[in-house]
Amino acid sequence: MTEKTSNYRETNIDELRHLVTGRALTGETMLLNMGPQHPSTHGVLRLLLELDGEIVLNCIPDIGFLHTGVEKNMESKTYQKAEVMTDRLDYLNNVGNNFVYCMAVEKLVDLDVPERAQAVRVILAELTRISSHLLWIGTSALDLAAMSVFMYAMREREMILDIMEMCSGQRMMTTYIRPGGLWRDVPAEFDGAVRNFVNIFPRRLDEYESMLTKNALFLERTVGIGPISQEDCIRYGITGPVLRASGRAFDLRKIRPYSGYEKYDFTVPTQTAGDVYARYLVRVQEMRESIKIIDQAINKLPGGPIRSSNRKFVPPPRSEIGVSMEALIHHFKLWTEGFPAPAESVYVTAESPRGEIGVFLEGDGGPKPWRIHYRTPSLLNLQVMPLITRNHFVADLVGIIGSLDVILGDSDR
Amino acid sequence: MDSRLQDVVNNLKARYSGVVREFRGEVTVLLEPEHLIPAFTCIKDEFGFDMLEAETAVDYWPQTSPRFHVVYQLYSMEKNIQLRIRVPLDGNAPTLPTIERIFPNANWHEREIWDMFGIRFDGHSDPRRLLMPADWQGHPLRKDYPLGYEEVQFDFNAEEIMVHKPRPEK
Repeated sequence: MTEKTSNYRETNIDELRHLVTGRALTGETMLLNMGPQHPSTHGVLRLLLELDGEIVLNCIPDIGFLHTGVEKNMESKTYQKAEVMTDRLDYLNNVGNNFVYCMAVEKLVDLDVPERAQAVRVILAELTRISSHLLWIGTSALDLAAMSVFMYAMREREMILDIMEMCSGQRMMTTYIRPGGLWRDVPAEFDGAVRNFVNIFPRRLDEYESMLTKNALFLERTVGIGPISQEDCIRYGITGPVLRASGRAFDLRKIRPYSGYEKYDFTVPTQTAGDVYARYLVRVQEMRESIKIIDQAINKLPGGPIRSSNRKFVPPPRSEIGVSMEALIHHFKLWTEGFPAPAESVYVTAESPRGEIGVFLEGDGGPKPWRIHYRTPSLLNLQVMPLITRNHFVADLVGIIGSLDVILGDSDR
Repeated sequence: MDSRLQDVVNNLKARYSGVVREFRGEVTVLLEPEHLIPAFTCIKDEFGFDMLEAETAVDYWPQTSPRFHVVYQLYSMEKNIQLRIRVPLDGNAPTLPTIERIFPNANWHEREIWDMFGIRFDGHSDPRRLLMPADWQGHPLRKDYPLGYEEVQFDFNAEEIMVHKPRPEK
């Protein structure tokens, strides 16, 4: 066989010298590659581990395998068309991504959103939060060898995806929330389906809890594993369930209420331990709070329009186009040219299932965003991996990755 | 403007000759690069802005002066107020001091900005690319970087593509 020389440049140890201990260079400790095709890394996360036997001394995350250039792509599309890219970032929080993007556009161009649209947005965002947490509870328990929860969680998640499909025609990449409101009104069956879910879900949640919360094996694998202090969370910009599990009731739905969250009565669950188990408890409790919000929102769902009537930004309904010349012109201009936004910047945040998701949006006076940046919670959660995995077993690393609820599409963009 | 925010803004104006802009209730202060570190130390220690919410950059190509803005979004947990700092940078290969010692999470944000915009951060502890491969040429989020035209590499055409690919400097 002829020897084939590789054209690809490999990362060598010299470049990582500052990230590992001196013992790695003499071969006393072992450098082990984990991922990006490892089932417990929840996607394409690669970790370079420095191990002393079974103990993790250093953990160097290597991300970017799912980098798809979403920010660059969005710059070349009009504000309406760029929205479809946002579903694909954090694919478990697709509605939340649309939501925060639309809020940023609305703030930039100063667009109003009718009450009904705001309430439907809240219902869908909370359903998405539950569906994201369900996938998390299933997969992270699966990583710790609790097989059955996964099956149950997927069953309930399917109910949520059915509601999404009912509204938008898509199970996951919905793009249902649009700047100025919604794509169209919710169908007649929506009300019944959501109420059905609200009735069923709390009991199902008790089922999951009965399988995990007091399970000796689960406790053994989670209590005291991967703790992080409140101060470290704030220093590293970590928000969401991870911060709340270490004792700070920081929730953007309470702190900077948006889309009418101030009208709903719910509490922000916290724990103090900051370990994997505390994060589990916080997320389970969050699902119960989300159900409370959905219940209030569906009972008080106001009537009225689902889109802003500002024709300079929101296309007119189909029924108007046939009879009104202005409507036809607006429709044509909005779908060919798009709408212009001022050459200013805004930063808008929302609470995603993983923490604070922020959109930095800058216009240039034209119909396309000049710069859009997603501040994603997964990126910051991953950044503390070296800190919280130190001196844990390799087996516990799996539980820690699961408890941070990292979505690589979210961190790599 | 919130009176507590007004206090910070007045200080930045007086001490570091910051230029203040307000848009839809969001306050932005423009600072020159040489004031960056003292101003950030002051904002964190004296005014309690303890969290760096986001850090990113904007490219204004073909404009060259300033070509870039580095944008910092700061938040005070205690007072629940937000402040945005912008630092204009001239030229095609600018450098800026790192704020990693003040806000540790700037580490990855600055790696990403280096990766995507080619802005160097002086004194950074880990100046590698974050998202793109280590041997990547160019900085994708720059406005003069084309969108697309990267051929998808498979086993059967890998060698053919590598022939045309730019090589890293040895």
